[in-house]
Amino acid sequence: MSDATRPRDSALIANRRRFQGLRAASPWLAVLAVAVLLPWLFYDYAHGRQNSFMISMFSQMGMMVIFALAFNMLMGEAGLMSFGHAAFFGFGGYCVAHFLNAAAEGDFPVPLELMPLAAGLSGLALAIVFGAMATKQRSTAFAMITFGIGQLMVTAALMFQHFFGGESGVSTDRQSAYSLLGINYAQGLEVYYLIVAWALIAALGMHYLTGTPLGRMANACRDNHERAQFMGYNPRMVRFLQFALSGFFAGVGGGLYAITYEIVTYDAVNLPLSGNALLMAYIGGVGTFTGPVLGAVLITAMQSGVSLMSNSWVIYVGVLFIIMVTFAPTGLTGIIKAHAPLARAGRLGRLVVPYLRLTSPGLMVVLGFVGLVEMLSFLTIGAAEGKRFNVLGLSPNLHASPPWLITAACLSIGAIWLRREARLFHRVWDTLMADLGPAGNR
Amino acid sequence: MTVPSIHLRDLRKNFGATEIIRGVTLDVAGGERHALIGPNGAGKTTLFDLISGRLPLTAGEIFLDGTRIDGLPPHRINRLGLSRSFQITSIFHRLSVFENIRCSLLWNRGFRYSFWHSLGRERSLNDEAGRVLEELNLSPRRNLQAGLLSYAEQRALEIGMTIAGGANVILLDEPTSGMSNTETEFAVALIRRVTQGKTLLMVEHDMQVVFNLADTISVLVYGQVIASGPPATIRANRAVQEAYLGALAA
Repeated sequence: MSDATRPRDSALIANRRRFQGLRAASPWLAVLAVAVLLPWLFYDYAHGRQNSFMISMFSQMGMMVIFALAFNMLMGEAGLMSFGHAAFFGFGGYCVAHFLNAAAEGDFPVPLELMPLAAGLSGLALAIVFGAMATKQRSTAFAMITFGIGQLMVTAALMFQHFFGGESGVSTDRQSAYSLLGINYAQGLEVYYLIVAWALIAALGMHYLTGTPLGRMANACRDNHERAQFMGYNPRMVRFLQFALSGFFAGVGGGLYAITYEIVTYDAVNLPLSGNALLMAYIGGVGTFTGPVLGAVLITAMQSGVSLMSNSWVIYVGVLFIIMVTFAPTGLTGIIKAHAPLARAGRLGRLVVPYLRLTSPGLMVVLGFVGLVEMLSFLTIGAAEGKRFNVLGLSPNLHASPPWLITAACLSIGAIWLRREARLFHRVWDTLMADLGPAGNR
Repeated sequence: MTVPSIHLRDLRKNFGATEIIRGVTLDVAGGERHALIGPNGAGKTTLFDLISGRLPLTAGEIFLDGTRIDGLPPHRINRLGLSRSFQITSIFHRLSVFENIRCSLLWNRGFRYSFWHSLGRERSLNDEAGRVLEELNLSPRRNLQAGLLSYAEQRALEIGMTIAGGANVILLDEPTSGMSNTETEFAVALIRRVTQGKTLLMVEHDMQVVFNLADTISVLVYGQVIASGPPATIRANRAVQEAYLGALAA
């Protein structure tokens, strides 16, 4: 290791640099390639048109990736929990709606491609004002202030109609702005690619920040804010700058929101959206840079996809959140990372059987739970909509006890079985980890 | 006469009605290794907290190289060239060992709150952090999470973080507490090396360490300095023997 850090040959250094640069760039290029190709996987070749539902979902994912990453600049990087981060997202959105409307009047010279930047600067301006207040405190007090800021923005959005347009929000037309590239952005696909470009720029920017003095001191203050003081740093200044920059990126996401939907209502500053960022970051994993990206993609897919199939998707997201925070507080990426030492030692194969043994009881629990929720939801909402309850071609009578007893049994037996299997799994896991020795802690 | 590195004038600190520091006046000359000893509860750590700005004073004045520093926040005092360690290890436990040291170099190297420098490309900074790790014998642990270090290694890191920033006045709060004999020996040698040419004020319970390292010893008992002088004088001082050393000798 120490030899590797002090290479003597300059050609070797140059080579290694090139290699490292390529290695660092490859995941970004891979994500870019996937994002660009994704719509074409769902292209409707029979009718020769794009799948607008999927494009709309992918666009939403792009915005949410930016928003969740911006949120994690506070939560994961600086240890600051924000309950009102949609304030900056939504404000960026409102500003772009107004910029576009001004462009329609002919007095706003910014092209559509740079509108997200203008939105970011709006978010930054607001974050400077609110950040000056919120970052006076940290931990719980900080979280409470951001909650207040969130409430304040919702109230303001409904009260100050000139700027926020009240309940109906501010409508706009993205084609009012001119395009640098000569694109008219009439199609969803064009807007999607604009989102991909900005999501990549924003993600690169936020990733770069993690390796700067401010980014590292944000980590340091998260771990031990007192010690940072005795190294010359004012933790409040660190929090403030991190907060302001996070507001910038949240604003970029909001700008894309305004461009995509051409209407911004108080939903864009509302607390559920702030809560969404928290769900995404936590389910994906706040401890890694990729966690919030994964969380944003997953939650958006659930919101769009599962909501088509079920009225109860909010419940599923909520339960998933509780399960993750309880059993896997490091999130999905944390779970994946925990396997890295085993993978390095080539012992990942030893987990295949224990994992397989978890699937049957796991499936039973999921089926039982989903069954109960769906039956309940059918009785309260579905029946009122005049739908028929239908499972695997069967239409059980929900007013009799058998379907309830069967699902309840499925859930409880599955739960007991899962517990036993989980204990077994833990034993195997602990033995494997112990075999790796202290090196496994890396 | 040259200006002392640290000059305390009639320092007082109350917690509620309780007086913890009861009028401490003390000079630490530039380049001196000064040990602060005294029984538990004498107020040694409190005195450190006052000097480093962690706690506000009730009364008195503190000067660092002739500049008045009482009332300044800790980060300001640190920027003026005073650095301290903690009795209870205070590190960035989720950052790597290397990152802990690099963070402590940042301000002194002028990076301030920069969000445009990429630290990975700062060659000389990274080399310097590597040298400090080498000095601490922590190079093999470079990429380990600091929270996973052994106790003695964490104590060494603590000292490293205190001196890395290049401060001229170093306050060490019980740097060898809880260490085995070998670990203590290593720590003493380390402290001697890294504080070369700097002013050191150190709280220490291990008398061997104190008499080994210190040029001057001050004895703090119930919030007052009862004696101050070279080790030989302190050893012979009757009041000190009664208050503190006597208990050990008996």
